[in-house]
Amino acid sequence: MTDKHYHHQGEEIPAIDPALDAGPQTATGGPRGITSPTDELTAAERRRLIASMSPEDAERVPELHEVDVPAELQETIEAAMGRYPQVRSASIPALWAVQRHYGWCSPEGIREAAAVMGVSPAYLQSVASFYDLFRLEPAGSNQVLVCHNISCWMRGADDMLVEFCEATGCDHHEAEHHGADSPDGVFFVKGFECLGACDIAPMASINEHYYGPLEPGDARTIVAQLRAGSDPIPDKDLRKRPVAGGAEAQTVVGQRSGASPVGGEREAEQPSDMDSEDGTGE
Amino acid sequence: MSERRLLFADLDEPGLAGIDVYRRRGGYKALERAFRDLDPDELISQIEASGLRGRGGAGFSMGKKGSFLPRGEMTKYLCCNADESEPGAFKDRELMFKNPHGLIEGIAIAAHAVDASYAFVFIRGEYWDVGDVLDDAVREAYEAGYLGQNILGTGCQVELVVHRGAGAYICGEETALLDALEGKRGNPRLKPPFPAVQGLYNGPTLINNVETLCNVPHIVENGPEWFAALGTEQSSGTKVVSVSGCVQRPGNYEIELGIPAREIIYGLAGGPPQGREVKVWFPGGSSAPVLTGDDLDIPYSFETLAEAGSMLGSGSIIVGDDTVSVPELALRTASFYHHESCGKCTPCREGTNWTVKMLERVVRGEATPMDLDIISSVQENIIGNCLCVLGDSMAMPVGSMVRKFRDEFEEVIARAREAAPGPIDVAGADQPPVVLGAGG
Repeated sequence: MTDKHYHHQGEEIPAIDPALDAGPQTATGGPRGITSPTDELTAAERRRLIASMSPEDAERVPELHEVDVPAELQETIEAAMGRYPQVRSASIPALWAVQRHYGWCSPEGIREAAAVMGVSPAYLQSVASFYDLFRLEPAGSNQVLVCHNISCWMRGADDMLVEFCEATGCDHHEAEHHGADSPDGVFFVKGFECLGACDIAPMASINEHYYGPLEPGDARTIVAQLRAGSDPIPDKDLRKRPVAGGAEAQTVVGQRSGASPVGGEREAEQPSDMDSEDGTGE
Repeated sequence: MSERRLLFADLDEPGLAGIDVYRRRGGYKALERAFRDLDPDELISQIEASGLRGRGGAGFSMGKKGSFLPRGEMTKYLCCNADESEPGAFKDRELMFKNPHGLIEGIAIAAHAVDASYAFVFIRGEYWDVGDVLDDAVREAYEAGYLGQNILGTGCQVELVVHRGAGAYICGEETALLDALEGKRGNPRLKPPFPAVQGLYNGPTLINNVETLCNVPHIVENGPEWFAALGTEQSSGTKVVSVSGCVQRPGNYEIELGIPAREIIYGLAGGPPQGREVKVWFPGGSSAPVLTGDDLDIPYSFETLAEAGSMLGSGSIIVGDDTVSVPELALRTASFYHHESCGKCTPCREGTNWTVKMLERVVRGEATPMDLDIISSVQENIIGNCLCVLGDSMAMPVGSMVRKFRDEFEEVIARAREAAPGPIDVAGADQPPVVLGAGG
């Protein structure tokens, strides 16, 4: 719809960038780091490029001796391959291993994983680009995912994201849409879809642990604690949260729970306020 | 108050995630019975007789689904759907994190019932902590002989692998889950063939939600009649309900199906903050058509919610009180599905995109009441026209919001138009017009 494409129509089509042959690692820098070298092509250039390609140009499956894969990474990926009836099922575990090792799914890392698995790097790249948690660009070392879905939004998630951005210096618009790095490279902040913890809304996943319910001021505290190298707000760690209804709720007694004196006593102490006495079993 | 705990019984008992405490509480007795005393056909008929319905969203009878798998010598698979990415749902997270062996026992028994030798837990990638807990528990279960090549010396084999996803709502759809598990992009497949016939690696596959499988040991232990006596006739058993949004005590509550929704929202979750009222609520996750404050006395069960034009879905109640703007809620809901649409089917890919654009115009005050008709029409043209139900999952709630809260949408539009002097500069006017399909 933009007229960008038409400007170029009469012009001479530039020669194909030699960088294309060298693989994605030599990609040109985009507004935030790396973009694909084909992103900037016009429609006509794209057509020319496709017409000029032949099946032999497709990137081969790299051989193991062609890549310098760290032993630990290779071991992790091979272990994953061994867990499944078919090795391709290890694609996602392999990409996780790459991301753990390099901090992101770097083109080199993907090539190494592809060599270990015997698939093409393009295949793994296509898988990596589908999933939100794989980072295709280098990112800040502390990962902050702020849920902005329905339940968290109702309880003030938008303000939380703003607060995280202010505390880290991340660009808010960028953080809300694709994720943003802080200028010092220490933080990666992203507004995320439902993380499955609406009981502690508004919440955030900080370095792979869930925290909430967040209140104004918490974001600043968390950022300061992470900068100081300590655990963030331990009292709001989801792992410590008890069941919402407390320990006193009535247990449905079957043979199994009947064998547990705890369940039995509870049943006796708290007679049912429901009618279906049959449902309580024995 | 009116909680009735079966799966959540003593869930906070210290050490329950470890095999010793789980066994001390009677755990793995059902597994022993299933593998030593019951053959697969008996197991399947017990599960069917219990009336257990899928807890993941569709509510299909688990026993029936299991009976669809062909008999005979072939490699069959079981996948536990632990992708739980539906906004509002968080029950499986708490079940798996606090009682992983309850799930493992259920998976092993269900695998035996359909004669599956490989089982997988597909857990969403964001549940890092839960995945670690499951990994540890699976290791313990292997060491104790409850998983592996020769379970309890019976010669039966069940291998269990915890497979972590990497952040894609669509992978909760069963066929997309299979593609993701095969190492591909998580795109849904055309059905039929259904996974029961041709699923993972093209083999017969049983796919069930975490909570469904967690119920299985209790059915084997206590008998199908005992289970069927809980809840209502068509919705047997208990249900873990995730309540969130504008309530004072959000969290998971386990109830017997059939109690009034009011009792869950007000009695258990404390209702909206003082002085506010329930205005709009999703009874079954963000994919369910919304209900209003007038619908609170509906019994909470599969059949009654279907009668009321909505669904129980995954059992996730999201409550919006009178401070929540429904047009903004609709936009938030639509944006989620737009983000998560895999792009394979046109009605979903384009429909979610245009719905977001139109709702943005409504919220910004650049819409006309006619746009509301177009929004409704787009929703109608998505439903039933895609490979999977992701598009429908947006169309149903958004369509219901426009229908039930049309006055509020029109008021928002009118207010914004009054405030705007002169003609409205319609953003996106350079875009091609929406062409309405002929339907069908």
